[in-house]
Amino acid sequence: MQDLDPILQARDLSVYYDTKKVVTDVNLDVARNRITSIIGPSGSGKSTLLRCFNRMNDLIPSARVEGQVLFDGLDLYGHNVDPTEIRYLIGMVFQRPNPFPKSIYDNVAFGPRINGFKGDIDELVERSLRRAALWDEVKDRLKTSGLSLSGGQQQRLCIARALAVEPSVILMDEPCSALDPIATLAIEELMHELSEDYSIIIVTHNMQQAARVSHYTAFLMVEEARVGFMVEFGESRKIFTNPEDERTEAYITGRFG
Amino acid sequence: MVRADFDRSLEELQAELVGLGEMVERAIIKSMDALERRDLAVAYEVVAEDDLIDAKRFELEEKCIDLIATQQPLAIDLRTLLAVLQIAVELERMGDYAEGIGKICMIIGDDVPVETPKELPQMADMGLTMLRRSLKSLVERDTDLANAVWDSDDDVDELYDGVCRQIFLDMGQHPKTIEAATHFLWVAHDLERIADRATNIAERVIFLVTGQSGGFGDHRENE
Repeated sequence: MQDLDPILQARDLSVYYDTKKVVTDVNLDVARNRITSIIGPSGSGKSTLLRCFNRMNDLIPSARVEGQVLFDGLDLYGHNVDPTEIRYLIGMVFQRPNPFPKSIYDNVAFGPRINGFKGDIDELVERSLRRAALWDEVKDRLKTSGLSLSGGQQQRLCIARALAVEPSVILMDEPCSALDPIATLAIEELMHELSEDYSIIIVTHNMQQAARVSHYTAFLMVEEARVGFMVEFGESRKIFTNPEDERTEAYITGRFG
Repeated sequence: MVRADFDRSLEELQAELVGLGEMVERAIIKSMDALERRDLAVAYEVVAEDDLIDAKRFELEEKCIDLIATQQPLAIDLRTLLAVLQIAVELERMGDYAEGIGKICMIIGDDVPVETPKELPQMADMGLTMLRRSLKSLVERDTDLANAVWDSDDDVDELYDGVCRQIFLDMGQHPKTIEAATHFLWVAHDLERIADRATNIAERVIFLVTGQSGGFGDHRENE
């Protein structure tokens, strides 16, 4: 594997819910301006790991994180770090599209306004919607509710909303699982375009999707004794044609368990 | 096993591929038999039966495409299907060489102007052994055996060079036999190609098992 330029680095990262360990000693480098997918069976800690990358686990009272997450060398869990600021730099898109019950325009303008954005907000909204490949479909109805859009459009609106605060990383937790195949392909195409300027991590159950969109893939697993440990990480091309570990092979060929 | 159906399909596919290999093996044996005995009826059979080999190859290809489209194979499954596709083509081409020998028999006819060079049956035997071993290496996922097939290709090449030299020499000494000798040159060429195709099959087995493509040179450099 060629050397990767990491923007995020998990170092001996473990996560507990109360006393239960759900992510175990993960060491993972996330490449800058590339798409990294996290795959693995249910309960293998994929989403929990993803949430570590912008401290979303802080919002779960019982969650405790051990180890480090370095963002361009800065420890996200360090003392002087404001998790809210982190979430602007490292945005998130969720499984089900969750636009605010506001207009399309206000959905996108929301984050920048809270942030005290001083520039041309119209221009920012247009740019974000264009980047999310939604502008042409909504430019004549920016004042209508975000909830009036189709599922695929809503998800792109959520991506535009994340982009509006100008993050450098976008975390996606099963972003297509509520979408039909065409809307799914549109999001995948968009991810591909966005990866020129953003680093993207996607959690997906859809192996074909991971193979299609991501440059790198991390495979997490759960065993009786250990939960949420990383079995293999590598270029997706390699993982999906010739994985090193037989557990990876068993999982991606559907012969797991 | 949660993909029992798919696993069964892969097993059946491999069995059919081995079946195709046996058809090709029989074609080579018959073509050489026809050549040595100048048996036009057998030669004609070889030529006619090549259609069955071609049909079987396309049948295997369709099954591979169906499985790729419906099962979205990855990793070892993907490599298996690609290997089957490619090996089916190699076998079909070997069948064509046997057919070529059959056609040469029909051109030579049943009179015997010159004796068949003794190296030709030797080359055929070696090619057949390589074919059998390459398919065995596939069934047993045996890379050592696949490597051994590759090694024996040099022996066939050596015999080929020798028989060509001898034929050219004979041509010079007995100009009347030039036409017949030219036909034997073609047979030697076909047999040499059969051995090459067996080597290609062995290469595909290495790819299937290890994921390394690029042929034996690359594979060995990595060892």
